[in-house]
This record gives sequence, structure tokens and C-alpha cells, in this order.
Amino acid sequence: MLEISNLTTHYFQGGQVATAVRGVSLTLNKGLATAIVGESGSGKSTVAMSVMRMIRPPIGDIAEGTIRVNGTDVTAASPKRMREILRTSIGFVPQDPTTALDPLYTIRSQIVEAMPHVERNKRTETIVELLTSLGIADARDRLREHPHQFSGGMRQRVAIAIALAKEPDLLIADEPTTALDVTTQIGILRLLDRLRRERHLTTMFITHDIRVARLVCQDVAVMYGGVVVESGPLSAVVEAPSHPYTQALLDASSLDVGPRQRLRAISGSPPTLLSMPSGCPFAPRCPNATDICRSEMPATTRKADGSSFACWNPVAS
Amino acid sequence: MSSALESAPSSPAAGRPPRPWLRLRRRPGRRPWFSGTVMAIFAFCGLFGSVVAPHDPDKVNLSQALKPPVFAGGTPTYLLGTDQLGRDVLSRLLTGAQVSFLVAAGAVLIGGAIGLLVALLAGYSGGRLDAVLTRVADASMAFPVVLLAIVIVAIYGKGVTVVIAVLVVAAWPQYARVLRSEVIRIRTQEFVTMSRVMGGGRFWAITRHVVPNTIPTLLVLATLQIGLAIIAEGSLSFLGIGVPPPAASWGNMLADGRNFLATAWWLPVVPGVALSLTVLAANLFGDWLRQALDPATRR
Repeated sequence: MLEISNLTTHYFQGGQVATAVRGVSLTLNKGLATAIVGESGSGKSTVAMSVMRMIRPPIGDIAEGTIRVNGTDVTAASPKRMREILRTSIGFVPQDPTTALDPLYTIRSQIVEAMPHVERNKRTETIVELLTSLGIADARDRLREHPHQFSGGMRQRVAIAIALAKEPDLLIADEPTTALDVTTQIGILRLLDRLRRERHLTTMFITHDIRVARLVCQDVAVMYGGVVVESGPLSAVVEAPSHPYTQALLDASSLDVGPRQRLRAISGSPPTLLSMPSGCPFAPRCPNATDICRSEMPATTRKADGSSFACWNPVAS
Repeated sequence: MSSALESAPSSPAAGRPPRPWLRLRRRPGRRPWFSGTVMAIFAFCGLFGSVVAPHDPDKVNLSQALKPPVFAGGTPTYLLGTDQLGRDVLSRLLTGAQVSFLVAAGAVLIGGAIGLLVALLAGYSGGRLDAVLTRVADASMAFPVVLLAIVIVAIYGKGVTVVIAVLVVAAWPQYARVLRSEVIRIRTQEFVTMSRVMGGGRFWAITRHVVPNTIPTLLVLATLQIGLAIIAEGSLSFLGIGVPPPAASWGNMLADGRNFLATAWWLPVVPGVALSLTVLAANLFGDWLRQALDPATRR
């Protein structure tokens, strides 16, 4: 469904070139949800923005690699063709629903904008159906309301409705629950999971929280410093992580920390875009790091359980 | 903002569905009685002032000079009295309104349009073009308006068009500077990104999202500028580089009348009151309009 191979994306910052994504290869299987997990600055959002070709000069550019959406290479698509793909095939759920809707327009007119293919007299019905299925009560009465009359969770549902109105093949959700409170988060996560099952929607789920990923995703790609350090079926990766970073991430978010026990944080801080180490990006913080880690990028190793990792000194399982 | 509505019953069973555009009318206190009336009268006089004027505003009649207004012991023939040449003050006020209206509308519309255009160009391009446009705006703001007016009048002569041109040159940087920062703020909002992610082009994002969201700010600026434009026209006429006599304008009525403040107070007071009322009403009306157009404060 979505095949990213050897993607490298640069940002241009005041005359300098910052490499946010370095040689990422990733395949999203049809009808499955893939989590892209990483800290801020790991390049996870940049991958998503690259897929939608939102990174163009003067902000940045895709330097290398191909991205195939339904077989079409979007890195080679003309701007016109790209807009066509965005209009019909890719739905995007933003991080912050409070600014995702234009305050000046009614809910109806903002959803209609995303469904030009539906016949005029069927639009209201389709929208009401869509909103109702997303858990908005009294959808018909609320069509003429403005975004400020909706709560955060409701706005996120409207944003999801906009993403789904075009009946996309690929749904990209960029930390869709980060800006919401915990009770609302669960609702939105369940909703995304249900939509994926009902509509066979391939989902790219960007998050920094591996526990959230476990609720809705089947596959995972763990990113660090612009590189995919470990990827594969989520259950396999979680049960037997091979990369020390994945291990540390799981430790840090584990729930079996009792009272008066220290939380297991990862020491140090992630590399900045302009000071990427030449070898493995995690080497400066890695407990297993050796000389080769600091000088050479490890190759990707496949494991029997279907997952793969990029590390010189993997965690012994 | 949203909690008030959500706690209120919104199902059809509990009553009528909420209709935001009706809420406006349900709150009589919010209606712009004063400013709306004054603005309507101003607009009417601006368009038809010379038609409704009871006398020829330029007709000199020295035998009727300096008659006081009817409420100060004058005759009903000249409701607001006459000036030192026996011209009817009411008629001059009404025809003068046309000049003020034309100048205000011209300066605000043209200045606002240029300002918005420059703001979009600067705010969207960034980089060198942004820097150049911002510097040009700064430079024109630093240039004294009166000096500019004298130069333009020296080259092109006096007239309403010249007054409008001077005011446009003076006003566009004000719009451009404020709107530029608005454009930058709005275009980084997520809904603009969303519109591009949805496959909309840049032009679509600008016309559908960016420009409409600058309207509230533009309105506030414009109503302030209406007042400033009317006053500026007055100042230019006062200095003798505005609308040339014998044509009446509020500005030159004020300028001519100032010599008679001790003997015929109505000559400066009548155009002065009209000017102040209009400027006040323009500001109040703009304030109301901004709130009425904003979905979040409409209820």
C-alpha cells in the first residue's frame, strides 16, 4: 500500500542543510495500522510530511528515495498530480484539533470541501452519517455550528470526518490524541481502530507513546535521529526488542514501576539535526556502545519473528 | 466558549435548534443604534447631499451674511445659519459630506486593498521580498504626510483625487504592517496546512482561509482610518492644500470658520460637530461589525 524506500529528507535552515530523515525504508501493509514511534526530533513527522509532499523548497526537500502510494511514486509526481492524490487517496488527522478547523466556517462547509465527488443533494446525508458513525450526537443539528462550539475531542472527530470524507486509502494520523485529555484519548483511539477494521484503512499512526501504539497498531517502526532503528510486528518488537533504544523506550514507559522506585529514564538527550553523529545516532546514549557504533552506521538485520533492527550490539534475548 | 453551548439543550426535542445568526437579533443591547444611524446619515449625505441641500451651497448673498442657526435666534430659512458670505451652512455641510465621504471611502478602500496585497506578498514570500516590502512601508511611514501633500499638490495641483492619493500613500503602510503579522500568524495555523494537505493549492488557501481571517483586523483598521481620513482631509483643507474653494468640504468649512469663533461660533462648530460625530460613529460601528462577524463572539 505505502512503500517508502531509502528516504532522505533535508530541511534548509538559514543556509544550512539539516537532515531530518536518513535512508528510511518502511512498508505499510494494506488494512493494518503501523505506528511510527519516536521522540521529538526523531524524524517521525517528517516521514509523514514527506509522504504528503509537504516538504518543498524553501523549507526543505526530499533528497533521495522513493515513496509509493498505491504504486504511484509521489517523489516524481507533478504538483498537480500530487494535489489529485491528496484529494482522493490520503487522509490526514492533525495533532492539534483546536486550530485544525477554520473558525470562520461552519462544520458542514468544512467537511463538504473534502467531498467534491459526492453529489450535491446527497452531501448532507453523507456528512450526517459520517459524523454519527464518529460518535457525534445530534449531528444534523450541529452541521451549521462553528468550530468554537465544539470541544477538543469533538473537533478531533470533525477533523477525522474531514480526513475520511474523501474515502482515502491511507490515513495519516500525526499524534492525534496528544492535545486531548486522557478520557477523550481512549475514545479517539478506539474510533481509529474501529475505522481501520471497518474500512480496511491503512493507517500511519505517529506517536511518541509506545503504549498508545499498542492499543491501535499491528506494526511498528521505532525511529531515532532520523533512522528507523527497529521495525516489524508490534507484538514481536515489544516482546523481544533487539535495539537498545527500543528496550530503553519500553523500560521508560513500563507500568510495573512500584511506589518509591525510580522511573527508568534514558540518560542524555537526542541529537540535534545539525549535529548528527556519523555512526549510529543512539551511540552517545547507548549502554552497549562500542567504537564501531560511533563510526559506522549498522546494517539492518532481519529476525525470525518478522522484525528487523539496525544495531551492532543488539540486546540479548 | 464551547461549554456554554454544550450544557444548553441542543436537541430538537428540547426546542428549536440553535441558529447562530438569530442570536444577534435576540440581544437588543448589542444593536448599533447610535453608530448605525449616524453612519447611515453620513452615507446618505455622502451620496445624495447635494440633491437634498435646501439652497445652492456656493451662492453668495451678502445681505444674509452671518445669520445664526434657527435654535440660536435665526430664521427657519437657514436652519444652521449662514457664513460670512451669506452661504447656507446646512447646504454646505451636506455637499461637504460628499467630499468627506468620497475621501474617506477612497482612502480606506484603496489604501486597505494595497495594504492587504502587500501584506499577503510579504507574509507569504518571506525572505528578501518580505524585508524589502517591510522597509518600504517603514520608510513611507517615516515620511511626513503634510510634506508629501505639499509636494504632490505642487506637482498635480489641488483636488479631491490628489487628497485621496495623499491619504492612500500615508495609510497603506499602516495596513501592510499590521496585516503582514496577521498573515504570518494565520498561515502557520493548522487549518491552512490542512487545506494544503487536503489537496488545495496555495491560491485556494489564501482566498478561502487567510484573507477571510484577516477581515476582523482589517475592519478595525479601516474604521480607525475612516476617522483619520476625514480629519486628515480637514487638516489639508485647513492648510489650504486640500479641496479648493469654493467647493465645500468639512475641512475647509472648519478652516474658514475659525476666524469667526468669537462672533459667529456656528461656523466652526457645525462642521466640527459633524466631523466628531462621524468619526466616533465610524469607530463604534467598526467595533460592532467586528464582533458581529466573528462566530465566537456572535452569541
